[in-house]
Amino acid sequence: MKRAFGKPEKLSLYRARIFEEMYSLGIGSLGIVAIISVFMGAVITIQTAFNFESPLIPPYAVGVAVRDTMILEFSPAIVSLILAGKIGSSIASEIGTMRVTEQIDALEIMGINSAGYLIFPKIIASVLFNPILIIFSMFLGILGGYVFGLMAGVVTDFEYILGITYEFRPFNVIYALIKTGVFAFIIASVPAYHGYYTKGGALEVGRSSTKGVVYASVLILAFDLILTQVLLV
Amino acid sequence: MIIGESGSGKTTLLKCMVGLNEIDGGEVLFNDRNFYDLDFKGKKEIRKEIGMLFQGGALFDSKTVEENVVFPISMFTEMTESEKRDRANFCLQRVNLQNANDLYPAELSGGMKKRVAIARAIAVQPKYLFCDEPNSGLDPKTSIVIDNLIKEITDEYGITTVVITHDMNSVIEIGDNIMFIYKGDNWWQGSKEEILRTENQEVCDFVYATKFMKNLKTKF
Ligand SMILES: Nc1ncnc2c1ncn2[C@@H]1O[C@H](COP(=O)(O)OP(=O)(O)O)[C@@H](O)[C@H]1O
Ligand SMILES: [Mg+2]
Repeated sequence: MKRAFGKPEKLSLYRARIFEEMYSLGIGSLGIVAIISVFMGAVITIQTAFNFESPLIPPYAVGVAVRDTMILEFSPAIVSLILAGKIGSSIASEIGTMRVTEQIDALEIMGINSAGYLIFPKIIASVLFNPILIIFSMFLGILGGYVFGLMAGVVTDFEYILGITYEFRPFNVIYALIKTGVFAFIIASVPAYHGYYTKGGALEVGRSSTKGVVYASVLILAFDLILTQVLLV
Repeated sequence: MIIGESGSGKTTLLKCMVGLNEIDGGEVLFNDRNFYDLDFKGKKEIRKEIGMLFQGGALFDSKTVEENVVFPISMFTEMTESEKRDRANFCLQRVNLQNANDLYPAELSGGMKKRVAIARAIAVQPKYLFCDEPNSGLDPKTSIVIDNLIKEITDEYGITTVVITHDMNSVIEIGDNIMFIYKGDNWWQGSKEEILRTENQEVCDFVYATKFMKNLKTKF
């Protein structure tokens, strides 16, 4: 793993690789992030509205609940878990396949630090790009709640807008982005490690991929708890 | 030429020779330079002199044929883009592969992949060429073509070539000095003529494993 951060042979090579990875890992995930966020925002809005049918709770509370759920937990943690599945399995199987078909040996023969060449750009790309995905997800989640909440008639225009702006703490977004950065590192590095040390054939590539996703997901949940403790409490 | 049955350690030995495996003991010398004693720069210097042909070709899936051949050139030289392309095209032409520059490895046949891999291996004019079972998975006719290509390139550019094979046809066709590996050990060593006459039991079992070779022996 240390070699992933070793001195690069040619800087230009790395820069090109980072953009390549941003494109394939980041842009490629926009669709799934968008769909999940809109629907989750909608579901959270309708469910919360349904549960808050008490005269003691002000109607704008639905907006507050949706906003805080999306920003604090859903976008950074759940979307990261989904990305761990999507990006993680593709990273592990790509690198694992390169290992078992000797493409990694071929890189080494050409004097390339294969761990650095393959893994480092993926880590950088995901640490830089995942926060963008997460902000995108927060935005779409809240928007989805608005659109579907109005359509279902469970919130009014005024209440919802009041709710999502009520006592808004910008620090929550920063907290979410810090979490996202840590998760992004896990999402790229753990599956890459499992892929890189694959031994055997196609079956083992599949196993590395599963292992990479499972370990990454568990680590994300563990760090979610730790970071919440450290940053919020 | 290194021969031996499947699983006897041929690939492992080759990878030790090119510095892909950590070695437990012994030394690997390239013109008196001990590879495993060198620092990073020295190793890179030697790697530049090494071309390697992997068993499955090991072409980069995400790159086209031309990009595959250009890649080592970019790593080891400071040529301009057009010089690199010229060199790559020269190598591809040398292995008789035209009009395939923009194809991806998945679109190539087994024989074509091997040709691209050879072109990539000779792209930076290596002094040493290592080939791991260059004709495994190929039909007999294509095998001979690839074997001869390796032989021609070896002679033409004065390269020292180490070929791993388990195919006696290749040994007879292009063999020179032959080393027989058995259970991870250097079991027997000699020339092509000697291997057909040796009394060594394990070598004979290997060489005369097929009916065809047995018939050949009775003619001697
Ligand atoms: N000298 C040796 N001592 C012990 N084990 C070895 C030795 N050489 C190879 N092996 C082991 O034998 C197995 C097969 O080796 P490999 O080089 O792939 O065989 P081949 O290419 O001849 O089919 C490998 O798992 C390797 O670790
Ligand atoms: Mg082998």
